[in-house]
Amino acid sequence: MQWIDPAAEVGYLVAAALFIFGLKKLSSPRTAVFGNQLGALGMFLAVVVTLAKIGADDGILGGWLIVCGVLLGSLIGAIMARRVQMTGMPELVALFNGFGGGGSALVALSELFGSEPAASRLGANVFILAAGASAVIGWVTLTGSVVAMLKLNGTIRGNPSFPGLNLVKAGLLLAAAVLTWLLIRSGGEGVALIAGISLVAAILGVIFVVPIGGADMPVVISFLNSLSGVAAATTGFVVDNNALIISGALVGAAGLILTGIMCKAMNRTFTEVMFKAYGQAGDGGDGSGEKRTARGYEAEEAALAFDGARNVIIVPGYGMAVSQSQHVVRELAEELERRGSNVRFAIHPVAGRMPGHMNVLLAEANVPYEQLVELDDINPSFGECDVCLVVGANDTINPAAKTDPGGPLGGMPVLDVEKARTVIIVKRSLSPGYAGVDNDLFYRPTTMMLFGDGKAKLTELLAAVKDL
Amino acid sequence: MITLPFIAAMSATTAALMASITVLTLACFLGFELISKVPPTLHTPLMSGANAISGITIVGALVAANAKLEGGDASVAALLGFLALVLATINVVGGFMVTGRMLEMFKGKKGDK
Repeated sequence: MQWIDPAAEVGYLVAAALFIFGLKKLSSPRTAVFGNQLGALGMFLAVVVTLAKIGADDGILGGWLIVCGVLLGSLIGAIMARRVQMTGMPELVALFNGFGGGGSALVALSELFGSEPAASRLGANVFILAAGASAVIGWVTLTGSVVAMLKLNGTIRGNPSFPGLNLVKAGLLLAAAVLTWLLIRSGGEGVALIAGISLVAAILGVIFVVPIGGADMPVVISFLNSLSGVAAATTGFVVDNNALIISGALVGAAGLILTGIMCKAMNRTFTEVMFKAYGQAGDGGDGSGEKRTARGYEAEEAALAFDGARNVIIVPGYGMAVSQSQHVVRELAEELERRGSNVRFAIHPVAGRMPGHMNVLLAEANVPYEQLVELDDINPSFGECDVCLVVGANDTINPAAKTDPGGPLGGMPVLDVEKARTVIIVKRSLSPGYAGVDNDLFYRPTTMMLFGDGKAKLTELLAAVKDL
Repeated sequence: MITLPFIAAMSATTAALMASITVLTLACFLGFELISKVPPTLHTPLMSGANAISGITIVGALVAANAKLEGGDASVAALLGFLALVLATINVVGGFMVTGRMLEMFKGKKGDK
């Protein structure tokens, strides 16, 4: 049927437009739900158009592989999306990124086996080059995302690295490029070459992410997000479809912007995150010269600080996510408000393990949106803050970022917690944060340390505040 | 230098490629413009929503999975297409659903305060 091709092109164009509107709406709180629905509608349209096209070309509407694949994928996707706890969101987003990338790589490989390169409207060389690129980027995204997920849920511990690692990465990247070139020379034939490209890329993805530490995860996840888009765009060149090219490019750009925002908030360049383990990032600032002791307090003592406090600022960090204490934090905030305090939350852009991590957790705990204040807006308020409660944050409140400009944290934007009259820090131990820099704040006379599991300590604190 | 005779001699393949590259380039710029300013609250939903959109590769997967199981390369292609379809569908369905779940959470909380 001839009418179906132009009709399908129009359908894809409309789908792409819906994605553009959807993304636009997603970037404003009031319209975000609508934006997501527009995106889903666009995707639905793209799928329907494709099925119609397949049906018109082959006479049968979808083979059994299609039906099984869609049913299986929908079932797994729906279960995962429903079951996930908000604290498990970084892992899920990482995994979905990987699936998107893996899907693109598999489409490219399937095309290499099933299609005649010379039949491509864009030329055989472009077809094979795009397929190779798509396979490399897609596999890197898949294995990198899986490693990121395993690191996030604690299956892979530590950040193993060895001196020549960057050379190995460069070597693998070069090998992937050479194999792709050989594939072009061979006209797209060569199972060994295709398998080789996949293997090299899969290894590359693993060793790319394995050495990267937890606090750099927001950067990594954003970047993998971007890569999943790029893989879709290159696959668009393989299957000659503008919807893939446009959507992939949009997602690629969006991911890159987020990556940039995250890097800036950590005061690290992208190259540093990718190619330097934090220990290598600079030699200064270990501060291990003298042994200092920080005094641990009981929850009852700390609760007294809240008595009559007018301004309270709560600073959540990754520790809040780990101990799943966001609900107790909200209860405590409500209790303090009942007692007449003005409670606000200070959100550092890279607190947690993915962009916006703290916002998601506090939203789940029903903390009103208006109480969450960004770094630049809250910093002037610490001067008149009576009590600052820090839940499992460290590097994002370390004054060393300001006092030691040459140190690993030097220049990173941090919350001015030290200006508060009293600082209560709930933390498991004194161990330095991700940057490996000791936190002077722990030893100050105005600081009260509550050592222990975040949820347990906060529950004690809440009970003590209620008894005041 | 690009001269007029060269353009005149541009083959259909080159023209198609140029059109695709043009679309790619413009879409990149559009993406940067579109998302240059996002409030941090929405970073996670935006990322997960964008991720669901990258599941557009499902379109390619559908076509790939439609190949017949006739033995040889075609079977390999169909099986790879099937795997691609499963992964892409998980990405699409799960991605949009989980984004919706997160956003509902943000919305509900605004209403009752």
